[in-house]
Amino acid sequence: MSEYEGVWVFSENQPLMLELLGKGREIADKLQTELTAIVLGSGVKEKAEEAVNYGADKVYVVDDPKLETFQAERYLSALASLTSQYKPETFLIGSTKDGKALAARLATRLNTGCVTDCLQIEVTSEKGLTARKIVYGGNAIATITWRTKPQIATVPPRTFEKPEFKERKGQIIQVEAELEEPQTEKVEVKPLEVSQVKIEEADVIVSCGRGFEKKEDLALAEELAKVLNAQVGCSRPLAEDRKWFSEWIGLSGHKVKPSLYIACGISGVIQHVAGIRDSKIIVAINTDENAPIVEMADYIIVGDIHEMIPAITEAFKKHLSA
Amino acid sequence: MKQAVDVTQLKVDPQTSRLITAEAPRKISDFDKNALEEALKIRESLGGEVVTVTATAEEAKTTIREALAMGADKAYIIKDPAIAKIDTLTTARILAEAVKKLGEFDLVLCGEASIDSFSGQVASRLAEILNIPQLTSAEKMTVENGEVKVERALEDRYETVKAKMPALVSVTRGINQPRIPSLMAIMKASKKEIVEWNLQELGFTPEKLDASNMTVEVLDVSAPKVERKKIFVKGETAAETAEKLVEALLQEGVVGR
Ligand SMILES: Cc1cc2nc3c(=O)[nH]c(=O)nc-3n(C[C@H](O)[C@H](O)[C@H](O)COP(=O)(O)OP(=O)(O)OC[C@H]3O[C@@H](n4cnc5c(N)ncnc54)[C@H](O)[C@@H]3O)c2cc1C
Ligand SMILES: Nc1ncnc2c1ncn2[C@@H]1O[C@H](COP(=O)(O)O)[C@@H](O)[C@H]1O
Repeated sequence: MSEYEGVWVFSENQPLMLELLGKGREIADKLQTELTAIVLGSGVKEKAEEAVNYGADKVYVVDDPKLETFQAERYLSALASLTSQYKPETFLIGSTKDGKALAARLATRLNTGCVTDCLQIEVTSEKGLTARKIVYGGNAIATITWRTKPQIATVPPRTFEKPEFKERKGQIIQVEAELEEPQTEKVEVKPLEVSQVKIEEADVIVSCGRGFEKKEDLALAEELAKVLNAQVGCSRPLAEDRKWFSEWIGLSGHKVKPSLYIACGISGVIQHVAGIRDSKIIVAINTDENAPIVEMADYIIVGDIHEMIPAITEAFKKHLSA
Repeated sequence: MKQAVDVTQLKVDPQTSRLITAEAPRKISDFDKNALEEALKIRESLGGEVVTVTATAEEAKTTIREALAMGADKAYIIKDPAIAKIDTLTTARILAEAVKKLGEFDLVLCGEASIDSFSGQVASRLAEILNIPQLTSAEKMTVENGEVKVERALEDRYETVKAKMPALVSVTRGINQPRIPSLMAIMKASKKEIVEWNLQELGFTPEKLDASNMTVEVLDVSAPKVERKKIFVKGETAAETAEKLVEALLQEGVVGR
């Protein structure tokens, strides 16, 4: 029998950690083993209890004022010391930018494998996991398995469902860990202004591409979005080149999964499409009937956005107010 | 700098939906050009030397020549067929040995992720092996008084972080616009030196590179399945087309909830 046992989850971002607990619970149940959450921070009793109520059998807590805010070397040394001591078989880590670097560094210290940005994780053989991730700029999905333990995987936000909250009992264990001193110094930290509703959570998205030539025309999309109670999104050039938006949808931007995605004047090249694959219904409005988006859409209108968006807005107004 | 598959020119085997990568052209991984651009800017203001290091299973001189044309002083290529099937840990170990062999340095610059495998691990693993500070996902960077300072846009905050050099920085695509070499620069680059090393010189035995010693194994790489309805909606007038679309979407139950 392998000396490695159990499924662990960690994220410095608590909502993401709860999502990982959902997937972690599923894996742990299949392997008939324990699910453990790792909570690092200062005064984090509530976070630990929350982890139990979202499915953890056990929580290892390192409670130290030095862990109050995220600091890579301190967090890394805490995780490295816990993993070497308790030897989890599987370790899911939240795929924030910091989380990804943390996972790669931890895997290096433990001489083990790490698969970043897993979109699916499955138990395939008795104890083996396989993961799927997007590679080749969105052109392909790779299926990868581990040959070493712990099997470290990072999981992006909103990949797995947050489990149901339930009052549960679990073991909360305080542990000590020797914390390394930081190799970097934070000079300034500014919170980012996060928009009211995150685009990843939107149920309907009206998305704009380079088919919009003038900034004023965005009003057309906004009008439609208002009627549908939708959010407005865009392809990368509108954000990066034209600076009309601060964020975009796609491989290098946000991955969305709305019920309805309306792509207006977007060609639908692979890097964009990689971010909208999980939409339930995709509508494309494009003057070019051969645009790649056509292959990715459920409903296609070959037409000009200036004419079609107002017409669609009108039609929705009529139906939705009725 | 990684020699990567040009992901915009890939073909899929229609029978198996497996990806055919062998025939796709190769290029410098996009983010790595941003890393090089940043290195060149630092050299322009502070002096020093810029060298590139590439680990590859294939011929890469033509690709890397572009880095020399952009302005790198010298290129090192570690070439061995075994590199085709290694994991990120081994890649980082090879790069670490190469960096050590090159002697003293101030900065190692990497891309945040490579365009083909998109693992985003090699930079962090490399810094960990070299035991130097790492500053990942840099959107801006400056070098001053033996320190490197970077700005990072994270999910919920914007950070400015600094570290003493030697250090490793991984850059995002937004950090700069890589220069396009002039014809003159391209001609001059043909005279610059490309040094090839093999893995033995770096202390790697064939066993170390054997598949059984890798930490992960890629089982399959296939094109994702697309199952879309692909219905063209068309009426006599724009209003009629819109009406048909709206009716279809109401039928689907995706609006008006
Ligand atoms: C590494 C990498 C990562 C990238 N990541 C992303 C990403 O995350 N997200 C992203 O979006 N892009 C990304 N890109 C960029 C991507 O390759 C494309 O350049 C981009 O998606 C194209 O945007 P677009 O569809 O808006 O523009 P275009 O490709 O120019 O398409 C415009 C479309 O509008 C149509 N059109 C024009 N006029 C009208 C009109 N009046 N009415 C209706 N239709 C009209 C045209 O027929 C065309 O199909 C990435 C690129 C790279 C190299
Ligand atoms: N084979 C390689 N040779 C040189 N640099 C590499 C290689 N693989 C990865 N890198 C560097 O590591 C970065 C991240 O790569 P990856 O971990 O594959 O996403 C790249 O942008 C490169 O800077």
